[in-house]
Amino acid sequence: MTVERWLAAAIADAERRGMPELKPLLEGLAASTTALRGGDWNDRADGDADAGAPGSSTTAPDEPGKAAR
Amino acid sequence: MSGWHGETIDELRGALARGDTTSVRLTEQCLARIAAGNPRLNALITVTAEAALEAAHAADRVRASGAAVSALHGIPISLKDLIDQAGVRTTAGSQVRRDAVAARDAPVTARLKAAGAVLVGKNNLHEFAFGTTSDDSGFGGVRNPVDDTRSAGGSSGGSAAAVRAGFSIASIGTDTGGSIRIPAGVCGVVGLKPGWGEIPADGVVPLSRQMDHVGPLARTVTDAWLVHETLAGRAPSAAAQLEPATLAGLRFGLLTGYFDTRIAPDVRATVATAVAALERAGAVIEPVALPHAASIGPVYLHLVLGDAAAYHAATLERRPGDYTPPVRLRLEMGRYVLAEDYARALRGREVIAGEIARALEGRAALLCPTLPVTAPPIGAALVNVGEADEPVRNAMLRLTQPFNLGRQPAVSLPCGLSPTGLPVGLQIVGALGATEALLQVALACERVVAPAW
Repeated sequence: MTVERWLAAAIADAERRGMPELKPLLEGLAASTTALRGGDWNDRADGDADAGAPGSSTTAPDEPGKAAR
Repeated sequence: MSGWHGETIDELRGALARGDTTSVRLTEQCLARIAAGNPRLNALITVTAEAALEAAHAADRVRASGAAVSALHGIPISLKDLIDQAGVRTTAGSQVRRDAVAARDAPVTARLKAAGAVLVGKNNLHEFAFGTTSDDSGFGGVRNPVDDTRSAGGSSGGSAAAVRAGFSIASIGTDTGGSIRIPAGVCGVVGLKPGWGEIPADGVVPLSRQMDHVGPLARTVTDAWLVHETLAGRAPSAAAQLEPATLAGLRFGLLTGYFDTRIAPDVRATVATAVAALERAGAVIEPVALPHAASIGPVYLHLVLGDAAAYHAATLERRPGDYTPPVRLRLEMGRYVLAEDYARALRGREVIAGEIARALEGRAALLCPTLPVTAPPIGAALVNVGEADEPVRNAMLRLTQPFNLGRQPAVSLPCGLSPTGLPVGLQIVGALGATEALLQVALACERVVAPAW
């Protein structure tokens, strides 16, 4: 599931459960998940190294993450 | 606090041995300070005055009998209120557990009792240890004794405040992302997160079992060592002493990049002064960076959210209104973490832990500020970190959480005061399995950089 699809589903579920105030937290978590998935330790079943290559991260190495924690 | 001169365990054990004071007197003094100061500071949820005085009388009788006693014998200690003490409620700072009386002692509680420590009460905390300020507690927030308009840090805020205010001579806290070191840093006391697994966490309400650590908050490094030894099941003798490391020629890694960015100017200046003092004392200071430091926040967040959500999910469904709203929302957020992302975070933790271990190779310890800021005002949402404002939680966790991922032992040592008189902590990180060596290094550093109370 892409982060975008996950976020849309999560926000919809939170609203259905009567917790619309979760939306900004989920948006922050989505940014953090995007950064996590960009980590160059994430290998892939098809052996494609590009997805996990250094530099593919959404945050530059050794700089404080911009994502919410 | 009236009558409190900041005596240490190290000093009081001598006074007790000489007969200059008694455990009953020390306990009565702590209880008097609690009665006077706790209504304002809210550092204790439950005060076990009657049981404490009984234990103090018993400690004095044992000492009078001439029996050999440990260093903590007769010393008033407090417990973070997520650690079980038989017959006393363990609230975890939440109305969810307001009536949860513990059936038995946690192992750490039993070890303290066996060492003759006197347990005076249960410390307030950020609800379920899931926060860095101790503002959000089901029993009201904690105030910082140094400036009671400021946060005491968290989640072990009541523990740090109690030590600082003399409600107890030391306290036991827990640390999942910095929850011992953060409050120690902003309250100006010593906080030790031991290496993971050194101290049993059974009988302790969990946040993330893979990153939860139990450890002491105390006035000095020697006191922290005495309590740590007791928690580890090696109750030190009344005469036991920690030997300091020799600073001359000792190599330290000064963490850069992530650890040296977005630091408030007053913290940056105070820590730089402390590091310069260590260098003048002969320490060798070498810059060192962690290549994957940018991933620390995302990795930590996914692990702690997933673990906390697993523990709380059923209770969130049944009793959502018994949580404080901010903690409830963060726990609910955790229920949306995908398994694949949790697995990515597990792998990321290994990568970061390995990099910290490599940075420690050939070095006595790593150094960085404990926090990038001093104690924030109570209720603040943002803090200024020099170039920008940052959410309080992010800022307070940023420099401590790496060592929960890595599980290394780490100390927050008071190293000076900001121009406005707020404490600044220097974080000293050691290698896994070398907590005593870290404390020897910290003791040597304390003699160079620690400000007087």
